[in-house]
Amino acid sequence: MRKKQRGVYASKMKRATHMLFYRRHQKPGVKGWELHRALGADYPKVLDVLDDYLKSLDLQVKTVFEEEKTPSGKPSLEELNKARFYVTLRGELTPKEPKMMGWRIDDLAGLAVAISYIISKKGQAPRKDVKELLGEKLPGWKVGLNIDRYIRYGYLQQDDNEQLYLDWRTRAEVDEKALINLLLTAETQKSELAGVSEEESEVGELEDE
Amino acid sequence: MQSRKEQKKFGREKLQRIIEMCMAIENHTVDPFLLDVDDVIRVVKEYFPQWEETDELNLDSEAIHHLASVIKLQSEWVKHRSTSLYTDPFLLEEKITQATKEEMVSVFLGAWHPLVELEQLSLHSIAEAMRYWEALVPLKERWPELAVQEVGMGLTSRDELIRQRILGDKVFSEELECYWQELKEKVAAKGRDGKMFYWDFIGADTYEDTVQRAFLTSFLITYGYATLEIHPLEEEVYIKPFEKPNTKMHTQQSISIPIAVTYENWQKWKRGELD
Repeated sequence: MRKKQRGVYASKMKRATHMLFYRRHQKPGVKGWELHRALGADYPKVLDVLDDYLKSLDLQVKTVFEEEKTPSGKPSLEELNKARFYVTLRGELTPKEPKMMGWRIDDLAGLAVAISYIISKKGQAPRKDVKELLGEKLPGWKVGLNIDRYIRYGYLQQDDNEQLYLDWRTRAEVDEKALINLLLTAETQKSELAGVSEEESEVGELEDE
Repeated sequence: MQSRKEQKKFGREKLQRIIEMCMAIENHTVDPFLLDVDDVIRVVKEYFPQWEETDELNLDSEAIHHLASVIKLQSEWVKHRSTSLYTDPFLLEEKITQATKEEMVSVFLGAWHPLVELEQLSLHSIAEAMRYWEALVPLKERWPELAVQEVGMGLTSRDELIRQRILGDKVFSEELECYWQELKEKVAAKGRDGKMFYWDFIGADTYEDTVQRAFLTSFLITYGYATLEIHPLEEEVYIKPFEKPNTKMHTQQSISIPIAVTYENWQKWKRGELD
C-alpha cells in the first residue's frame, strides 16, 4: 500500500472507530449506509482493516444483516448498506466478568434460558411459557421483572398477544448456533467444569450478592 | 346419477371445507402436514371445469390461494428442520430444566459476545432533555404546600380517649377477668359438659362487637383462662373455661389456631346457620 493511500485508510479507520464506538442513535451500532456516506464505497474494506486491528484487543466488528437474512456467499454492497455494524467482544467472558457489567448470575442464567427456549420454539414463545420455565429456577416475584428487563435491554421483544421474540441485541451479541450446540453438549461441559472448581466458586460468589 | 346442479353444490361444499382447513393451518391450530396437497389439487381440478359463475370461480381461486399459503408453511417447517438451529424442543427444554444456574451461565458465556459501547450525549438526547425541561412544571406548582388547618395545642381527658376508643374503659387485666367470669356464667347457663359453642360466646348484635369479643377471647385462651376444643370432622369449635387460670400454658409449647371471624360467618351465625 502506498504511503498516501495508507494515510487515507488510517484516517477512515479513525472515523469508523468514532462512529462505531460512540452511540449516535437510541440503539448502538451504525447502519451500513451511514458508513457508506461517511467513508465512501470502500467502507467494507475499512471495516476489515479495523476488525483486524481490533483482534489484538479481543474485539471485533460484527455485522448483523437485515431481518436475519445472512447471505450465503459474499454479501453485496446493497446488503451491507442495509446491515447494522457493531463492535463486540471477540472472545468469551470469564464467569467473573459479567459481574463487572452489572449482571447477577441469576439474571444472566434467566436470559440464557429465555433465549434458548425461544430459539427452540422457532423464534417465538408465549410469555406465559417462558415465565413458567424461569419460575422453576428463579423466585416468582423476580421472573416478570427479569423478562421486562430483557425486553428493555433489547434482548427480547413482545407483541400485543404476549408472544416473545428475539430482539436486535440478541442478534448482535449471541451466537445462537453456538448457544444451542453448547447447551446440547452441556453434559460434557459439566464434567470439564467439575475440574475447574476455582472458577465455579467464583460464580457462586456472584450468586451470594 | 347426480344432477349437474347437485354436483356443483357438492363441489362448492368441498372447496369451502378445504378453505376452512387451510385457514386453521394458517392460524397455527392444525399441523400443516395434515393436509394432503395432492388430494386437494385433485379435487380442485375435478370441479374446475364446472365453474361458470363469478362467485364459483372466486371460491376456486380462494382455495388455491390458501393452499399456496399452506405449502409455504410446509416449506418453512422443512427449512427450519434442515437448519443446524433445529433441535427437538422437548430435548432442549429438558436440557434447560436440568441445567443449574451456573451451568446455564457457563454455556451462555461461550456464545455471548456483548456489545462495546460508550454512552455520551447526542444531539437527539440533548433535544429530548431540552423538551423535557421546558415542559417541566416548577417545583412550587408540583408540590404545593398542603393546606392543613392549624389547630392549637390542648389537653385531652381519659374519658375523651375512651369515647374515641383509643383507650378501653377498664384496665386490660380487669376487663379480661370480667370477660372470664362472663364465660363461666354463660357456660353454666347455656353450655354442656363445661363448654359452649365458640360462636355462641363471641357472637354479638353487631359485627364490630363480635370482632371485639373474638379479640378478647383470643387473650383468654393465650393467658390460660380458657381453652378451645376442636372437632375437625364436624367443623365445630367449642370454648371451655378453666376454674383457675392455667399458668402452665405459658411454659408449654403453644399452637396458634386461626378462626375466621368474617362478616359472612357472623351473618350465618345470626341466622342460626353456624350451629
